[in-house]
Amino acid sequence: MYSQKKCVAMLLAGGQGSRLYALTSKVAKPAVSFGAKYRIIDFTLSNCVNSNIDTVGVLTQYQPLLLNEYIGNGQPWDLDRTFGGVHILPPYQAKTGSEWYKGTANAIYQNISFIENYDPDHVLILSGDHIYKMDYNKMLHDHIQNNADCTIAVLEVPMEEASRFGIMNTNEENLITEFEEKPKHPKSNKASMGIYIFKKEKLFQYLREDALDPTSQNDFGKNIIPTMLAKKEKMVAYPFKGYWKDVGTIKSLWEANQDLIGENPAFDIYNPFWKIHSRNMGIEPQYIAKGAVLENSLVTDGAKIEGTVINSIIGSNVRIAKGAIVKDSVIFADTVIGENASVNYSIIDEKVVIGKQAVIGMPKADDVEIAVIGRDVVVEDEAVVLAGANVEENVYKVRGE
Amino acid sequence: MKALGIIFSNIHNETIDELTRKRTSASIPFGGRYRLIDFALSNLVNADVVNVGILAQKNYQSLMDHLGSGKDWDLSRKNGGLVVFPPFGSYKSDILYSSRLEALVSIRGYIEKAKEEMVVLMDCDSANVIDLSDVFEFHQFHQADMTLLYRHGKCDSDLVSNMDFTMNEEGRIIKADLKSKRGKITNTFMNVCVINRRLLQGLLEDAISQGLESFHRDIIFGNIKSLKIYGYAHQGIYLHVNTMENYFKCSMALLDKETRESLFGVKNHRVYTKVRDSSPTRYGFQATIENSFIADGCEIEGTVINSILFRGVKVGKGTIVKNSILMQDTITGNNVALNYVVTDKNVTIRDRNHLSGCEKIPYYLGKNTMV
Repeated sequence: MYSQKKCVAMLLAGGQGSRLYALTSKVAKPAVSFGAKYRIIDFTLSNCVNSNIDTVGVLTQYQPLLLNEYIGNGQPWDLDRTFGGVHILPPYQAKTGSEWYKGTANAIYQNISFIENYDPDHVLILSGDHIYKMDYNKMLHDHIQNNADCTIAVLEVPMEEASRFGIMNTNEENLITEFEEKPKHPKSNKASMGIYIFKKEKLFQYLREDALDPTSQNDFGKNIIPTMLAKKEKMVAYPFKGYWKDVGTIKSLWEANQDLIGENPAFDIYNPFWKIHSRNMGIEPQYIAKGAVLENSLVTDGAKIEGTVINSIIGSNVRIAKGAIVKDSVIFADTVIGENASVNYSIIDEKVVIGKQAVIGMPKADDVEIAVIGRDVVVEDEAVVLAGANVEENVYKVRGE
Repeated sequence: MKALGIIFSNIHNETIDELTRKRTSASIPFGGRYRLIDFALSNLVNADVVNVGILAQKNYQSLMDHLGSGKDWDLSRKNGGLVVFPPFGSYKSDILYSSRLEALVSIRGYIEKAKEEMVVLMDCDSANVIDLSDVFEFHQFHQADMTLLYRHGKCDSDLVSNMDFTMNEEGRIIKADLKSKRGKITNTFMNVCVINRRLLQGLLEDAISQGLESFHRDIIFGNIKSLKIYGYAHQGIYLHVNTMENYFKCSMALLDKETRESLFGVKNHRVYTKVRDSSPTRYGFQATIENSFIADGCEIEGTVINSILFRGVKVGKGTIVKNSILMQDTITGNNVALNYVVTDKNVTIRDRNHLSGCEKIPYYLGKNTMV
């Protein structure tokens, strides 16, 4: 029997995310926690399902264990399908040899046969480190209407920030005329969101050519897109309006978490028609004790709160003891904050233990940096972790001479 | 694969009328995100019972909706797994079965085909943690025909209609009463029973030929002498839910740390339930929370004290919720005041309404009502 999919999504999840420092020393960036009960990859996977794209290849390379386990058979995202569904694609050994994924384009190139298996007309390329809600189906519809060889989602960013992004210069009909990676003097403010839809045949053609070029860095932004532009292929920009955040740095990860709270949260995760799915097990509801103070915060299942929580995001099974104060911070799952400890302007990873009276970070101000504490770290009673610190080893109290 | 699980989902419907008007007693919401059947299913699953039949008789839509394919309890299996049995009515008469025994007779094919040695029969009238693997061991160690779980303690009014047992020093039941006496120290039957499958098959055949009706009276009480029936003392938590008053009492008990830990914090025992992918709960700038048990997906702008909030509850600005249980998707407007109120699913309470009940008779609002 011959079966075909209209569009297959390929999700790039192999990057290290080195600018998240301690948070990605043991896990890949897409598996980093976000918004109390999610992981970053949940947003892209949920977008796929909500856009009726049911075949997703997840390309992993760096520290994939947690990510593999998390995705599993894809059931939480409704991606456990008999034909299609979610598949983890690590680098593999072939008859001609084996190699790591050398770049984003090379990762897709090595999995051409996976895509061929579903014989799609179009291929959607996504990255697993952005927080946003987007209907890929609309983009695919436009892509087909325009008969484009490649459609690239773009977001209008403030002009002064444009030099941090890959910028698409377009004509009136949204045809891309020029692509500049991080230009010093940007001509437009249309930033690439790293979301591409290609005609399968064109994609394969350019991937194969790219693979033969020893000087290429095998990267979509640096090689494939510029080459296709140079060859005058039909490339169309797809303007996206709405919330989109690249959470590649500590600061932006913290900001994106804060965008979930406030008087009118910048990013809405309560829409019942665009649910963000995640793998969660039945943990009992959260318990808020007498004497606890909660203000402008997000808290999830299993949390036990006896202290004070202000402007913060609290993950599952987190315990915040009496007298502890957590402010302007993001606490990931299974962490314990000891009595009278104070946590300010910090991101604290999973399974961390913060001792009694410990002091982490400094109150938020203009020039203060975010303190980061990595997975499984134990911070001793009364120990101090300075603002902007990046902690991967246990911290002890400084003892006097 | 030692035992087959069979759950009676409807048996206690009459006793807690308000909550079971539109659902089975098994699907009564409890503890923020659970239904009573979750505790029974979790007890089974945690003891590696992977073959579970659920007897549904009436108004079981909400139960079916909750259970789905059983995957949230790991019971969506190629062999066995979860099976729901709607009532089997013959075309000659439209009378449904009315007792446990008749229900069991209606699924005797399922019991015959099973390969397990034992059968666990359970009601859904409580939130509890039972280590069934220990019960199985006890049952086999004593080479018992039947093992009945009982709770030793003072009998309150809620348990008077349960059986009361007297054991010898070995644990064998030598005397049974069909009712427990209020105020006395009793060994009250918890409606959980382990029985050898072949024996059960035989007893069901007898029941058909002799026209027996009651499992408790005819099968247990009638066979105290002739069968080896043992009593197993239940040690852990047992929150018995059979009236509105004790539904409220048992729910509020969850605000006590010890009760909570003994229900949810038992080592190697997880309580499974349907996963709804709710967002985390959001607390606004004016939120004040005190001693409350709150599920995910809530948005709270007001004050919540000594209360239990289920998933997706919204508490408006200036609203005060005290000593109340708000079930899934209850929405309260601004400046509402609730005290000793139990709202069922999808209740909406508009701005500036003040509702109040008392501890013994909480004010109950039915499913989908709007105030």
